[in-house]
Amino acid sequence: MAEILVLVDHVDGQVRKTTLELLTLAARAGEPAAVFLGSGYGAARDTLGAHGAGKVYVVEAGEFEQFLVVPKAEALAHIASSSGAAGVLVTSSPEGKEIAARLAVKLGSGVITDAVDVAADLSTTQSVFAGGYTVTAAVTTGTPVITVKPNAVTPEPAPATPVEEKVAVAFTAAATRARIVDRAPRAATGRPELTEASIVVSGGRGTGGDFAPVEALADALGAAVGASRAAVDLGWYPHAYQVGQTGKTVSPQLYLAAGISGAIQHRAGMQTSKTIVVVNKDPEAPIFAMADFGVVGDLHTVLPQATAEIEKRKG
Amino acid sequence: MRIVTLVKYVPDATAYRSFAADNTTDRAGVDGLLSELDEYAVEEALKIAEAGDGVEVVALTVGPAGADAALKKALQMGAGAAVHVVDDALHGSDALATARVLAAAIGKIGSVDLVLTGMASTDGGMSVVPAMLAELLRWAQVGFVGELSVSGSLVTARRDGDTASETIEAGLPAIVAVTDQINEPRYPSFKGIMAAKKKPVQTWGLADLDLDPATVGLGAAWSVVREVVKRPERAAGMVVTDEGDGGVRLAEFLADQKFI
Ligand SMILES: Cc1cc2nc3c(=O)[nH]c(=O)nc-3n(C[C@H](O)[C@H](O)[C@H](O)COP(=O)(O)OP(=O)(O)OC[C@H]3O[C@@H](n4cnc5c(N)ncnc54)[C@H](O)[C@@H]3O)c2cc1C
Repeated sequence: MAEILVLVDHVDGQVRKTTLELLTLAARAGEPAAVFLGSGYGAARDTLGAHGAGKVYVVEAGEFEQFLVVPKAEALAHIASSSGAAGVLVTSSPEGKEIAARLAVKLGSGVITDAVDVAADLSTTQSVFAGGYTVTAAVTTGTPVITVKPNAVTPEPAPATPVEEKVAVAFTAAATRARIVDRAPRAATGRPELTEASIVVSGGRGTGGDFAPVEALADALGAAVGASRAAVDLGWYPHAYQVGQTGKTVSPQLYLAAGISGAIQHRAGMQTSKTIVVVNKDPEAPIFAMADFGVVGDLHTVLPQATAEIEKRKG
Repeated sequence: MRIVTLVKYVPDATAYRSFAADNTTDRAGVDGLLSELDEYAVEEALKIAEAGDGVEVVALTVGPAGADAALKKALQMGAGAAVHVVDDALHGSDALATARVLAAAIGKIGSVDLVLTGMASTDGGMSVVPAMLAELLRWAQVGFVGELSVSGSLVTARRDGDTASETIEAGLPAIVAVTDQINEPRYPSFKGIMAAKKKPVQTWGLADLDLDPATVGLGAAWSVVREVVKRPERAAGMVVTDEGDGGVRLAEFLADQKFI
């Protein structure tokens, strides 16, 4: 069976959950082989092995941290060509999509973005037009390059002892054209990563600027916090937490929208959530049309009461 | 300095969007407009032009006949000139074919220092064209930019990544994709609307760009849509009105669904 390459998404060897999802999908189509670029492989090794990476290509080079995506695309193209891989899976993040785009050009291959599922024949499922349609597609030329959204699949344990192959890559002049001169890591919130979380509680303009009830409910549920663009534009919550067309796309088991009207651009970022719960004081708010459960009421009383009840039930 | 802004004509997202019989986006049956996310790129180009001397802004689109509406909007906002690449053979082109056409058009426009684009189209939304274009032209590219400045032959960009806020420097020529955080696009003024009528719009076909029609269009796409299915409407859920116990009932629902 041919290898299916999975680009490891990590911070200093801390592997993100999406990578484990990609390894699980890769196992359907071939032999999962991880591609680890940058430093910290020692910290990643066991996690990758535990999720089925029978092979790991490791490229250590300072360029990955100093420059934008091109060195990563060049390394991945090098490995994709030399390994004869049958497909390449990359996380659907802004960076992942740029890497995939460049890789597709380098390999002369078709690319599919934002897959929510990948089948054994590497055909994909996508959700398009703000979740209004489901599209099945496949790459027909070259080595399929596919970016996959978080939460596409539940990562499955599949113990393997990775065979490691260190790869040296000679970068081109194009690799060093966009230099990262400063990087300020975001302060940790202690909450799950928004795109990976299985529960998301979001607040909008209806919070009136007070996100405390939203955060308290999120913490009671072990959830991530999200926000509408209105709340972000008003400076109430950081942009990194915006859900929607120009923010993050989330697809959690449970999405709870409080004080959010449900504009199409917001729906584009959360429509594929499994269960949707709404709290809004306007019974005519469009978001109720997609709710599995809704409360018409003031979030400033409904959310704290729900939080207290949840704490009580948890004991 | 010459800035090209890439603009796309897309179906209105607030209207009913669907697919044509060949599984391509239906562009005939729905009103179109300039992709809202490209307005931020046009605005940013105009701001750079207004702050500097001798900066020229050219709006470029690849699209069907109606796509000139997107160019018109860019000209009304303040772009100085426009180029429309239109050719029947382009129907159904994938992102890479589109990037190849854009690269050829940028070459023909000539002496381009900076290409500005939106962060994604509001229809396909792949976000891959800027990176593909950079790969083809072998220029620097920075995506997802929330703050931009140009001085001399250097662009400095700031962006909020997933895990960090980054500052990036790149030499010109470069391609920069901007987010909706970067500025507040202007509405065309009456003066702008009148002035746009006299601005030059060039129309090029594939032959003008020395491109082989066999390398673009639906038939030359490197991926294929096998099936398009309308997602069933979500079944109507239960909505209760808070009568003092809304929070408790919400918690009960969550407990029933095993979220607690
Ligand atoms: C190009 C473009 C991109 C965009 N991208 C995004 C995006 O990524 N994400 C996004 O979210 N939006 C996006 N938008 C904006 C979008 O169109 C809406 O303006 C935005 O989603 C509205 O946010 P909101 O629902 O919080 O505010 P509103 O629409 O003002 O709704 C507030 C809701 O709160 C309710 N409410 C008020 N007070 C209370 C209370 N005390 N208790 C309970 N409910 C209350 C109201 O009934 C109302 O339904 C984009 C727009 C454009 C043009």
